[in-house]
This record gives sequence, C-alpha cells and structure tokens, in this order.
Amino acid sequence: MSQEILNSVAKDYMKESVSDFQVGDSVRVTVLIREGNKERNQKFEGTVIAIKAGGINKSFTVRRIFQGVAIERTFMVHSPKVSEIKVMRKGKTRRSKLYFLRERIGTKASRLKEDSARIAKDFKVLEDQAEAQ
Amino acid sequence: MATNIKDYGLIGKKVGMTQVFDEEGNVVPVTVVQLAENVVTEIKTEARDGYNAVQVGAFKAKDKHLTKADKVRFGKNNVENFRKTKEFRCHEVIEDLKVGDAINATDFFADLKKVDITGISIGKGFQGGVKLHNMGVGRNSHGSKSKRQIGSIGAGTTPGSVKKGKRMPSMMGNRIFTKTKAIVYKYDAEKNLVLIKGPVPGKANTTVYIKANGVRTWNTYNK
Repeated sequence: MSQEILNSVAKDYMKESVSDFQVGDSVRVTVLIREGNKERNQKFEGTVIAIKAGGINKSFTVRRIFQGVAIERTFMVHSPKVSEIKVMRKGKTRRSKLYFLRERIGTKASRLKEDSARIAKDFKVLEDQAEAQ
Repeated sequence: MATNIKDYGLIGKKVGMTQVFDEEGNVVPVTVVQLAENVVTEIKTEARDGYNAVQVGAFKAKDKHLTKADKVRFGKNNVENFRKTKEFRCHEVIEDLKVGDAINATDFFADLKKVDITGISIGKGFQGGVKLHNMGVGRNSHGSKSKRQIGSIGAGTTPGSVKKGKRMPSMMGNRIFTKTKAIVYKYDAEKNLVLIKGPVPGKANTTVYIKANGVRTWNTYNK
C-alpha cells in the first residue's frame, strides 16, 4: 500500500514514454544545458554501459571515447533535462554492466556485436505497419 | 475573534521517501506524508481547563481497541472512536470550531511554506559513547584496554560523585523528535498527501504530527 502511494507520487514526475534502449546500445542523448541565462541543447553520443535502479530513480551511464580520452556521463532517464534518447545502434551483450570496456583500448573498446534478433523484430513491426496501411 | 487555522495542527502517517524533479530539472528528495481525516474531539478553554487547546483525533478505531477511559472520553463528547489524539495548544480562545468538526487540510496548507513535524525517531537500541555521543576511540593494539570505552567520568575523592548529565551509553533513537522548519514541497489535496522536502523522523507507516512553523504557538509534545 505504501509503495503504491509512493509510485503514484513519482508517476506525476515521470515521462510517459521513454525510448526502449538496453545495455550495449549506442545512443544519442539530448541534454539541456544552462550557461548563465542561456539555454542550449547538447548532444552526447556513446555506448550505454550500465542501467541502474528503476522507477523515477532510473539512470544510465553512457561511455564514449573522444580524441583518445574516454568520457562517461550518467543521466537520469526521467529528468526534464534529458529531452531525447535516440537509439543509434542495437548492441548484443551477455552482461548487464559493461565495465570491462574501461580496460579495453583502441578499436576493441567499441567492438560490440549488433543484436540481429532485435533489429529483425523492429523490421517486422515496420513491415506489419506497412502492410496494415 | 477568529481563530487562525495554522494555530493547531494535523495528524498524518509517514508513507516513505521518494524523489521528484523540480522545474529546473533538479532532483528533490521528499518524504510523503498521508494526512488522516482530522476531527476535533475536544476543545479546551482557559476558563475551564487553564489553557486553550484543540484536541484532534485521527484514524478511526473499533470499540474493542480502546481502553475504557478512552471510550468514556469519546462518548462524553459524542464523537467517533479514534486511535490517535493530539492536543495542539492555541493562543486565542477557539470560537469558530466545534467538537466533531473536520479540520480542512487545504486551508491549513494554503500559503504555508514551512512546518514543524514530530514523530518517534527510529530506535537504534542501547549504544555506546562512540556511536551515541561521537566520543573518541582508544588504541586497538599494543595491549590497549580502552578500545571503545567512554574513558574517565570525572575526578576522584573530590567531588566524589559523577556530574549530572554526564554523557554515557544509553538508548539511541526511539524518542520523540521534532524536525523544525521542514519545507512543504507540495500539498496534493486530491490524494490527501503532503510532500515534505528531506527526511522526517520515524519509520514508514508511523504517525506524525504536523504544525505550522513560524506561528506563535506552544510546543506541547516536545520537551
């Protein structure tokens, strides 16, 4: 009962729909950045190496190697500052946390297999939609 | 003389903690308090009782859950049975309130920014001086005989006694505790919930008492 009340409170602050991404996917996150009085959108692209917690507390970590320097940023899924999470590439992993990528150097660091099953599924949905039309 | 509704308080139940986002997108930790149906069970006046107060009842109870004294008390005022009652002291004589009236929470939380919230803090059992009073610890090795001992408790033959109030190991928590100036983040009239910024004393599903902060009142429950 208590948990139901807490969920109902958190629901008011949660986004209605969040793009369906998994660990191993390449995503492009659009973040609102405030510099003084100015506001602008910044895009951050990289591999999702961890998804943590659930509900309103859900967060994910994106890793990218930029000019030889690795950058990791953690975002809250339901934060109003995160306006868009776009899946660029669907990766296939056997692990829920890809912290082993931190020890990899060079091209090995970005070598994740594409998840053909999930991509095929997406195609099927698209085909079904086309057929329905 | 109209009585200020913010003079007396409300009874509620702590539901638990969660977090929400503010307009700027920052995370705000909040405690959710579910308000009970608060009904006036007794009004005390200076002429009769020596002080002005409103006694508020919440959480309806069956007859079998009450003591005989409580049954007589509620029966005399012709109100329903309640599990919890709380007296809130007021400065002025309460004239616009009758026994059996429900207290309007919407009026109470209108323009109210800060509250004092009382509950029973989480019990941590009998604890030593190190955890309870932040005392220092002794050496762990080299034959040390004072690892987590409280050390000296005073001088010798003179004065020959331990000073009153000397901090010693004792029960920690499980005491009535009031958090003052707690910020009211949001009042949800529809769900009958209040979101209070930060933690609130006590475990989930325990009773809490809410009073307006900054209103000139007595604090009867906090010694």
